[in-house]
Amino acid sequence: MTQLIDKSVKQKPASVDYSAMPDERGHFGVYGGIFASETLMQALDELRDVYEKVKTDKEFQKQFDTDLAQYVGRPSPLYFAERLTQQVGGAQIYLKREDLNHTGAHKINNTIGQGLLAKMMGKKRIIAETGAGQHGVASATVAARFGMECVVYMGAEDIVRQAPNVYRMKLLGAKVVSVESGSKTLKDALNEAMRDWVTNVDDTFYIIGTVAGPHPYPAMVRDFQTIIGREAKTQMQEQCGCLPDALVACIGGGSNAIGLFHPFLKDESVAMYGVEGGGLGVDTGKHAAPLCAGSPGVLHGNRTYLMEDENGQIIETHSVSAGLDYPGVGPEHSWLKDIGRVKYVAATDDEALHAFHTLTQVEGIIPALESSHAVAYGMKLAATMTPEERIIINLSGRGDKDINTIAKIEGIQL
Amino acid sequence: MSRLAARFAELKAQKTKNGGHKTALIPYVMTGDPSPEITLPLMHAMVAAGADIIELGAPFSDPMADGPVIQAAAERSLEHNTSLHDVFSVVTEFRKTDDKTPIVMMGYLNPIEVMGYQSFAQQASACGIDGVITVDMPPVEAGEYVPALRAKELDPIFLLAPTSTEERIKKLADVASGFVYYVSLKGVTGAATLDVSSVEEKVAQIRQYIDLPIGVGFGIGDAESAAKVAGCSDAVVVGSAIVKKMTLNDGKTEPERSIIIKEISDILSAMRGAMDDV
Repeated sequence: MTQLIDKSVKQKPASVDYSAMPDERGHFGVYGGIFASETLMQALDELRDVYEKVKTDKEFQKQFDTDLAQYVGRPSPLYFAERLTQQVGGAQIYLKREDLNHTGAHKINNTIGQGLLAKMMGKKRIIAETGAGQHGVASATVAARFGMECVVYMGAEDIVRQAPNVYRMKLLGAKVVSVESGSKTLKDALNEAMRDWVTNVDDTFYIIGTVAGPHPYPAMVRDFQTIIGREAKTQMQEQCGCLPDALVACIGGGSNAIGLFHPFLKDESVAMYGVEGGGLGVDTGKHAAPLCAGSPGVLHGNRTYLMEDENGQIIETHSVSAGLDYPGVGPEHSWLKDIGRVKYVAATDDEALHAFHTLTQVEGIIPALESSHAVAYGMKLAATMTPEERIIINLSGRGDKDINTIAKIEGIQL
Repeated sequence: MSRLAARFAELKAQKTKNGGHKTALIPYVMTGDPSPEITLPLMHAMVAAGADIIELGAPFSDPMADGPVIQAAAERSLEHNTSLHDVFSVVTEFRKTDDKTPIVMMGYLNPIEVMGYQSFAQQASACGIDGVITVDMPPVEAGEYVPALRAKELDPIFLLAPTSTEERIKKLADVASGFVYYVSLKGVTGAATLDVSSVEEKVAQIRQYIDLPIGVGFGIGDAESAAKVAGCSDAVVVGSAIVKKMTLNDGKTEPERSIIIKEISDILSAMRGAMDDV
């Protein structure tokens, strides 16, 4: 007679129209939005309008696709990691090789897109924030290619731990500004870039590197990054004639993860795992895992899960990986967490370092420390699955930039 | 009538030397900067030196709209773990001896968001705060925020900027009350250059659509610029120029606090004098 409804079962994913997100003011459910200072509102409106136009503009999309093919080197391979699969002894592990892109990470997909927009809008100057330096390098790269001035804001602490990337940016002609305020990491670099943009809004294009910031950035960066998932879907179909059973990607702001996940969201059979920086362990408080252990709030232009204290102050994060060392996360991930479509987990520094060495030794691929978090959780997950099942781990970047950090941890003088 | 409306009406009735009406002087200080003990006596001293309204900062760890001076102030304040509750406490104390001077709280959204809009509005109103400026809360996101403040007779004060279009100015007229804060330049607080003629032009444009007093801030650092801006606005906000004085010492002892309070009072007196000569 009475129908019992299990309240613990979340909204059925298939009933959600993922392509309808965000709404016209940038909301993913209660997350996202435009929480920016008045000076920037006009620039954000203009960017939103221009972006809406190019989304369906054949010329722009053609240019974007051509650049991705001929300059970035896409499609990036989907590689069956046979020895890693054997060693783990479970599901078949595939790696989406974003590390093979020009400049060494997925970040270039987005900077190509935003660079083209900047050029179209007649902007002469590009600014960017960076944590691990990959987005900074990718921004400096497109600036060099388009002959634009480029200023990259980077936390003083990150400048030390990602020295090779700092030098690369300088070689590419960018000015790297060391940010000494706050925790001297990615969030402070973002604050400083915003201050620059407020001051130079007329001639400057701010290339945000992840799916965070005020609307339209989370949607726009996602759209530029979905090339990862679209390719992976086709490649899996070609190689195996099926969909993968699970996807795994690391999450700092979450751009490589949303890029892989988004084209699969409506495929109910595909499980998804976003791996945050677990630092010394989520229960120690020293981590960078807002989705696992944070609460909703407003930072950097959007409402999302944050690492914050009871007074709403942002707390310092910890991760061995500069690219994951961020107290917020893209608002779409917050929404996907709440509706239960994606499972968010964490890998600790130690687990990531272990995975770094394993992949390097077993497959001859040196992963970025960020991506090593995805590898760590992917190995754990695969071990619980059957040999008939397949998982794709997004290898979002290569680890050349991290060898100084690794050597230091191991007590080796280079 | 709210304290803000009463204060602006009072000033409008008073004449300056050349027959214009008087302009409000609004100093900004950060609660708990450089020490928790200085804020209350400093507020009273600023009123004595000619402040008409006080803008009281609530610190945030990531003050994106602020320049280095106010950023540093927030960091000093947060070293004492200053929270919204501390802001409410100092206003409660201030109100015991001053029930006239309007107080506007200025901060960022996240601490208010975490407290909850209604709980915040309830407590802010109860302690005697009159208006709230939330830098990163634009009207377009303020669907629940504005009614929560209004329900407790708090004025939601919004900002306009040189980049604000006519359309945005018109829309603001529907949600703003108390006064409108015009950000005089593209940049962060404490920036150097202020172009008075462009301020005049924009203020005139805003007045076409919004029938509220207009305060001007960002980049006003001395008596001369205060006087110039006073000529075309209803209020002059001064922040970084006085917050700089907080670095003279750490404000731990009474004599230390007196030094800071005296320096700030001198700046405000000079501004007051110059503004009243306009």
